[in-house]
Amino acid sequence: MVTKEAVHLHTPLGDEVLALRAGDHVELSGVVYTARDEAHLRMQQDGIPFDPKGAVIYHCGPVVREKTIIAAGPTTSARMNSLSGFLFAKGVRALIGKGGMGPAVREQLKGRGVYFAFTGGCAALAASHMKLVGEYFPDLGMAEAVWAIELDRLPLVVGIDSAGNDLFSEVENRARAAAGAGPAEKCTDK
Amino acid sequence: MQTPEHSPLFDALATATSAAYRSAVIRLPPDVLAVIKRAAAQETDEVAKGEFANILANIKTAERLGVPMCQDTGVPVVYLTIPKEVPLTQELYDAVAEGVRRATEAIPLRPNVVDPLTRHNSGDNSGSGMPVIHVRPGERLTVTVLPKGAGAENVSRIVMLLPSQKEKIPEVVTGTMLIAGGRPCPPVILGVGIGGTFDLAAALAKEALLYPVDTMTAFEQQLCDAVNRLGIGPMGLGGRTTALAVKVRTSSCHTASLPVAVNVQCWANRHATVEVKW
Repeated sequence: MVTKEAVHLHTPLGDEVLALRAGDHVELSGVVYTARDEAHLRMQQDGIPFDPKGAVIYHCGPVVREKTIIAAGPTTSARMNSLSGFLFAKGVRALIGKGGMGPAVREQLKGRGVYFAFTGGCAALAASHMKLVGEYFPDLGMAEAVWAIELDRLPLVVGIDSAGNDLFSEVENRARAAAGAGPAEKCTDK
Repeated sequence: MQTPEHSPLFDALATATSAAYRSAVIRLPPDVLAVIKRAAAQETDEVAKGEFANILANIKTAERLGVPMCQDTGVPVVYLTIPKEVPLTQELYDAVAEGVRRATEAIPLRPNVVDPLTRHNSGDNSGSGMPVIHVRPGERLTVTVLPKGAGAENVSRIVMLLPSQKEKIPEVVTGTMLIAGGRPCPPVILGVGIGGTFDLAAALAKEALLYPVDTMTAFEQQLCDAVNRLGIGPMGLGGRTTALAVKVRTSSCHTASLPVAVNVQCWANRHATVEVKW
């Protein structure tokens, strides 16, 4: 359902992500792993429970019933701004979320990987492109656990690319100029 | 354990609350759908067109499969209208809470309600002060459920302006979106409460989201145009439509006060009303 031709990618991701540019449409297939605040803290402490090389992290707390993904849209990625660096160091190639991320993550992605935006609220559409294939840290509860999900052509947009182009911050700067406002507040680091 | 006996009114209100919740999380009201379609048709930016395509495909998928359109099924905000023959008792509050618990199990909803300090999750979307229930007199007994997601709620705000700062109201509205950026899942619908007291302004702002969004007063249109000039666009990725609509509710206030509250709502302005018959 994308309006311009999408690049097809399959996990685990490699150097092909370095060619993507902010604004490109992508259809992603293969296994991705959900993680929110609690899962990031747990992975920092206990290690990453899956192979992080070429992996994709999805900022998402799905609704799951009887091993089926009912609804699984993205959550606000900025909450994970200070929690994501160790993932790239371990080989993670991409994040999927909404709302964009802070300058630190933009730097961490340089030469390594990308941040994909998926449309917020589109949880039913996302679930129709997904199959549940595993679960880690179930004690964290439905929303905070790490779910391994196999994607079938999930439509995404490159929000931040590996060259440091960041669609969100470009839009924010234009919005501030349009409003006659001063330099950006550090709201995205909340 | 013996199942407690409930009055027919309790059962009917609990059932209606659950039904309204189901309807609200699965399909959008026609006026909300209409403004989304109109905005999608007017979009020219390639990325924004893709976002609208996803939104429209999502709305169809949720309805076809009978599943919630968003995994953040929100927290329950409930509006009751009560006719004179129905006494306002604790039973009504208990029945609404029971309806929320049933909806959580049956639809299903994500259990989102936690204790604010221990962060303990009740598991059923009820808790101290939850559901939020607003009561008004009315001709018929009706229950309206407005499930409120956190992405948009977290960037809502209230500002206590000075009475001489009336011209700053548009700035409060655009400033709210400037700070919010893509996080509340734009294109948003903004409920603006002006006047009343600190607490009433916030309640008015939320209640404004229940009013038809496919028509605006000149003042509302002016606020909406100001927000759209920011160019934040769907999901903060740029585009023509940052706000689908702005709805304003006002109330009289202290001569020394001018409270202005902005309740931000994502593109999915979910709410549904069911009449209770017993």
